Amino acid sequence: MDLSLLLQLTLNGLIVGALYGVVAMSFVLIYKASQVVNFAQGEFLLVGAWVCWWFLVDWQLPFWAGFLFTLAFMTLFGLVLQVVVLRPLIGEPVISVIMATIGLGIFFQALMKWIFGVFAKPFPPIFAVERVSVMGLEVQTVYLVSLGISLAIMLGFAWFFTASKHGLAMRATAFDQQVAQSLGVSVPRVFAMSWAISAVVSAVAGVVVGVVNGVSSALSFYGIKVFPAVILGGLDSILGAVLGGIIVGLLENWAHYIDSQWLNWGNMFQIAPFYALVLILLIKPYGLFGTRNIERV
Amino acid sequence: MALASLRPSGDYRATYRADTTIMPTRNSRIALWLGIGVLCLCPLVLGRWELSLLINIGILGIAALGLNILVGFTGQISIGHAAFFGVGAFASAWLHEAFHIPVWACIPLAGVITAIVGLVFGAPAARLKGLYLAIATLAAQFILEDFFARARWFTGGVAGRITEPLTLFGFAFDREESYFYVVLFFVIVMFVFAANLMRTRDGRALVAVRDHYLSAEIMGINLAYYRTLSFGIASLYAGIGGALYAHYLLFVSVEAFNILFSIQFLGMVIIGGLGSISGSLMGAAFMVMLPEVVQMLADALSGSPIDRALKLGTSINYLREMALGAAIILFLIFEPDGLAHRWRLIKAYWKLYPYSH
Repeated sequence: MDLSLLLQLTLNGLIVGALYGVVAMSFVLIYKASQVVNFAQGEFLLVGAWVCWWFLVDWQLPFWAGFLFTLAFMTLFGLVLQVVVLRPLIGEPVISVIMATIGLGIFFQALMKWIFGVFAKPFPPIFAVERVSVMGLEVQTVYLVSLGISLAIMLGFAWFFTASKHGLAMRATAFDQQVAQSLGVSVPRVFAMSWAISAVVSAVAGVVVGVVNGVSSALSFYGIKVFPAVILGGLDSILGAVLGGIIVGLLENWAHYIDSQWLNWGNMFQIAPFYALVLILLIKPYGLFGTRNIERV
Repeated sequence: MALASLRPSGDYRATYRADTTIMPTRNSRIALWLGIGVLCLCPLVLGRWELSLLINIGILGIAALGLNILVGFTGQISIGHAAFFGVGAFASAWLHEAFHIPVWACIPLAGVITAIVGLVFGAPAARLKGLYLAIATLAAQFILEDFFARARWFTGGVAGRITEPLTLFGFAFDREESYFYVVLFFVIVMFVFAANLMRTRDGRALVAVRDHYLSAEIMGINLAYYRTLSFGIASLYAGIGGALYAHYLLFVSVEAFNILFSIQFLGMVIIGGLGSISGSLMGAAFMVMLPEVVQMLADALSGSPIDRALKLGTSINYLREMALGAAIILFLIFEPDGLAHRWRLIKAYWKLYPYSH
């Protein structure tokens, strides 16, 4: 037993889990608003991180400017994707929509590899202090800031959905599209907005991960790790997505701990969430907080 | 199937037998036999490279047909087809090495083993549908990939596994010219089986499950049974395709059966046409030709300013992946019924030519 390693991994799990939570949240946002399962969520992180990297390294912009430009770009990116690719597919069967987002994912992953290469490239240093110590554990500053950013995004979402006009319109659309439309909500605009917000929020997560680990195509794996998280929480629950993300983050780090201490199988870190996913689907297919679908003929 | 025949003078079918026939006219039967005859002559005329393309189309076409039975006919989604393809490839190599079963028997046995693995994953899948199933099969893909890397006794671990060529009465099918006939034989058997399956009660039950599963259940179709069965059949096809693949390349690597390969299979089914048996082969042909066409375009541009600006030579792999993604999206938006539908339209146009209304 190695307690300090366990503590360190738990902390890592919490921080990474919060990031998963943020990505899962933006995934659920799209699903709730437009009933599209976005298999290209990881590519949002990837594109966002690379674009930010490009502004900072090739254009030598200060971080705040590059970051703001990135957010502006991602807004546009999300809007264009929704309007050009997803809008023509409204009303098509699930398989078509899923395949379209998978196609998008492959396309942008290859495009990013083509433009920026396959090797991880580090961000220029952003914080003056590299590491701080919290309760005797060494933690990278970026991780702490990322935890802060994740919390801020979650609070932002909570405010957006309970108090803002657009957020309420979005919830109304998620509840019933026809009723929302008859009450004057522009459903196409809500769809487009959900994609834009989701792209922006994912890009923030992408930049955070990029600053920590360097930018590489490994970022798009976050988009796949999101599935255990959202299934655990229930596909249409924002709170569930956050909790699911944190649980998956903890789970993979604890699996890594058990593996490194006793089992020595290797690779458990990557695979444990998927075993969990299959188990959850068997026991509780609608997740912890998801709505049960009741179908009538 | 029966709707595929469009006769200018209308349909005069008096019996169910005539309605469910696979080849509705004499000309279509003659065309089929002629087509098979022409294919049999191919190895005498074509070079090794063209033959290897045809062999790939056949092998991938068999696996794609299996996925089409699952996705196109039953309406279940699987994002883990390449993993099952891999199970077939390794199972055949393993059976031959561990039990010294002759290769010709290994290929169908590998199909059966893969079908059993598919049933294991398909049994929980019977409760799931739509995107939940898509996500579950995604998990199956990663779990099986991890298993391949881990199980040295089965896959040879990271080093991969060397396979023996197929031999029959002392004759080794280890060249493109001879292996072509093996693949052709399996393609014909598997496609005839699928075409006939769709005419039986079981085949119609699968389609009913796809079209409206609640109504199907009310009509006495056992949903769990048919969803699992469909998974089993799809895995059987994937396994036979994988086994043929293993004995063609004579080497199987653990990394070959990744998620991108699974997505390629889905792409074949979408591009060929969901719920079309001949479409599966067309989709496989499209997917095999796509990288070649991209390569040809890049070669044609090599040396030009465009080539220098875009670094085409070194990044051809990314261009291929981009072409794959773009092809899937463009087909979904502009031709959601796939190549098979376009082919039907072309046929109908010429049959009805001057009076198309």
